Amino acid sequence: MNPFARNNLFARSVAVAAIVLGAFAVHVVPVAAADPPVLRWAGDPEGGAPFVEADPTDPNRLVGFDVEIAELIARRLGRTPRFVLVAFASLDQSIARGDADIALSGIEDTRARRALLSSTIPYYEFREVLAVRNEDASRIHGLSDLSGRKVATLGGTIAYEILLGAEREFGLQPVSYDDDVHPYQDLVLGRVDAVLLDNVLADRRRRTIQGFSVIPQSMATGHYVAVLSTRNAALRDTVDNILREAMRNGALERIFRKWNVWSDDQRALYDRLIARQTVEPMTVTAGAGGRDIGRGALDQLGAGQPDAAQPGAGQPEVSRQASVDAAPSASAGRDTSQWAAARRYLPALLKASVVTIVLSFLAMALAVALGVLIASGRVYGNRLLRTALVGYVELVRGTPVLLQLFVLYYGIASAVRLPAFLAALVGLALNYAAYESEIYRGALEAVPSGQIDAARILGLSERQVLTLVRGPQAFRLALAPMTNDFVALLKDSSLVSVLTVMELTKQTQIFATNIGSWVLPGSMCAGLYLAMSLPIAALARRLEERWKAPTQ
Amino acid sequence: MSPVNPVNPVNPVLQVQDVSVTRGHRTVLSNVSFTIGRGELVALMGASGSGKTTMLRAIAGLDPFDEGAIVLDDVRLEGGAPKTRSTLRLTSRKVGMVFQFHYLFEHLSALENVCLAPIHAHGVSRGDAAAHALELLKTLSVEHRATALPRELSGGEAQRVAIARALAVDPPLLLMDEPTASLDNARRAELGALLRRLTSESRTLLIATHDEDFARDWATRMLRLRDGRIDGST
Repeated sequence: MNPFARNNLFARSVAVAAIVLGAFAVHVVPVAAADPPVLRWAGDPEGGAPFVEADPTDPNRLVGFDVEIAELIARRLGRTPRFVLVAFASLDQSIARGDADIALSGIEDTRARRALLSSTIPYYEFREVLAVRNEDASRIHGLSDLSGRKVATLGGTIAYEILLGAEREFGLQPVSYDDDVHPYQDLVLGRVDAVLLDNVLADRRRRTIQGFSVIPQSMATGHYVAVLSTRNAALRDTVDNILREAMRNGALERIFRKWNVWSDDQRALYDRLIARQTVEPMTVTAGAGGRDIGRGALDQLGAGQPDAAQPGAGQPEVSRQASVDAAPSASAGRDTSQWAAARRYLPALLKASVVTIVLSFLAMALAVALGVLIASGRVYGNRLLRTALVGYVELVRGTPVLLQLFVLYYGIASAVRLPAFLAALVGLALNYAAYESEIYRGALEAVPSGQIDAARILGLSERQVLTLVRGPQAFRLALAPMTNDFVALLKDSSLVSVLTVMELTKQTQIFATNIGSWVLPGSMCAGLYLAMSLPIAALARRLEERWKAPTQ
Repeated sequence: MSPVNPVNPVNPVLQVQDVSVTRGHRTVLSNVSFTIGRGELVALMGASGSGKTTMLRAIAGLDPFDEGAIVLDDVRLEGGAPKTRSTLRLTSRKVGMVFQFHYLFEHLSALENVCLAPIHAHGVSRGDAAAHALELLKTLSVEHRATALPRELSGGEAQRVAIARALAVDPPLLLMDEPTASLDNARRAELGALLRRLTSESRTLLIATHDEDFARDWATRMLRLRDGRIDGST
């Protein structure tokens, strides 16, 4: 699970910096001593409690059940745990690259992950639960009741895949978020009609956000696992034994009880694992729409099929001994599944490209119109207007566009509740208008004053001088930097994914998380961006050629 | 100094009365006075920096002046008045100007340059404006360049288009700043003959130039500016 909390950028940055510094201090001090072996474990404190979070009372310390499990594993291995900070979305790649030995951060068990990395046996079973507004609780009992409605979740998760399946089956509309706070906030605000996330996240949000209820019936069950690189298969086997021992002796139960997330489901899971039974990555509950929802997507995730046994498919127990021998065929299988996934995701990527291009064109058109007004105001306006416009331009240029988007969408949500696409459009347009206005102001001032004198003396009014003489000539001067900005905007539009707008980069991210590799999704995404930006550049070059600025 | 206008002192097209211009600490024009009658082709002579261009720009209403007055027919501009748009609106009916560097509108063809003001400032229909513009371009022997963009024109052609543009709104007084600056001898003679042809009872020309020969050959009268003062009239 990816329980990012982007609600406080500053506090987050401070906490992360403190942890990095703390980790650095821990690292530097013991080097001179006996040099005990180290277990580098990766996680993302942005995930927050109960997984991994900076201790509210001491930001140099990490707390959470994943922290305690990592410490337990390190202790049994006779190693010193050392935390490696890795963004949640990069954990798989980071482990594959060898940045850390093992990752624990509420990582979901999926078939794709089992194929790409060495997953441990699951150490926690969660339920995907549906949250709805209190007043809807009597009407909505499952995904099938949400036809035509918006249902939020975290991108790149099992829950998201379930929603994609439900989209095809029930016509609901999945909305992808980057964190687990805003889906619930937006649910209460009425921007979405339900949230599908695991019970751990739902429970922790229920403590802070009022106004929603969780439907008792779970839509699916899944598991958290630790992941290691395939090169570390032997270490993984050792970790599995440590986990199994901790299941037997109650160490894991104590940890989960301490964090208030223990349930009988865990007892049943541990009994099966201790008895060396196989555990499917996930099981879709009948009646949740799981029978028919996107079989392909769920296969990729490793959904269990009650009446169709899949021998060897994603079963840590069976593949344990054979992991080395099976490596070549596993990687061959991965290639075909990647291509299959590429075919499966292509329509979604194309759809996301349309969002990107429509958003970019509309935002640019708005930015150009606003930019012209701002530039005209700065060139022709009185002192008060000029000062106000300079203030606007400097404010917008001096703060990150990401922050502006957050403020527009979340910051003012209690007063003005903009839909995601509109907030994205307005945010990008307001931001780019500041940059465009500077281009136009420069271009307006670059038109020779003699031209303007010549126009005035012919009896043209000031407005006519601007619209008939100065403006058109300035536009030619502005064309090249404008094209540049438009191509930049096309790419900056990827930022609006933080407002749940499913544009190309976001879709690619989900694709990459799903298949556990960036190579193919990244290439497809790059190809699509180029397919959009190259024609724009070519068109601009032709226009520039036609309206070539005078060389005198 | 206030020379008597020999052509038509009763109804002059331009009266410059004790005009002074100071820029910072520098006196650019100092108590300049002269009168120009209808149908004259007057050369305002003087070396670079003698104040010729400043004088033309003050007459055209492009720049304010500090003291004195400029009378264009029934329009009177007072020294010390701030630069306003209404000044230009008044003078633009009385004065046309051809700049040293022409300043044709680079995004418009020669014909569009000439038509712009008649259509947008005087409400002439597009058809009539184009017909009149073509006629003017023909008079100036550049009708074959009507569709060319300014950057495609030679210096002489650009000047003629600029003259046509100024004449298109039919100003009683046409000001020209250094018209011979970029012309060879043959072209200068052609220009002189052309300016003579354009001069009539209804059209008066005031040209600022430092070209003695050109002024002597073609002007009906010469005014000399030296260090911001009128130094003589011949």
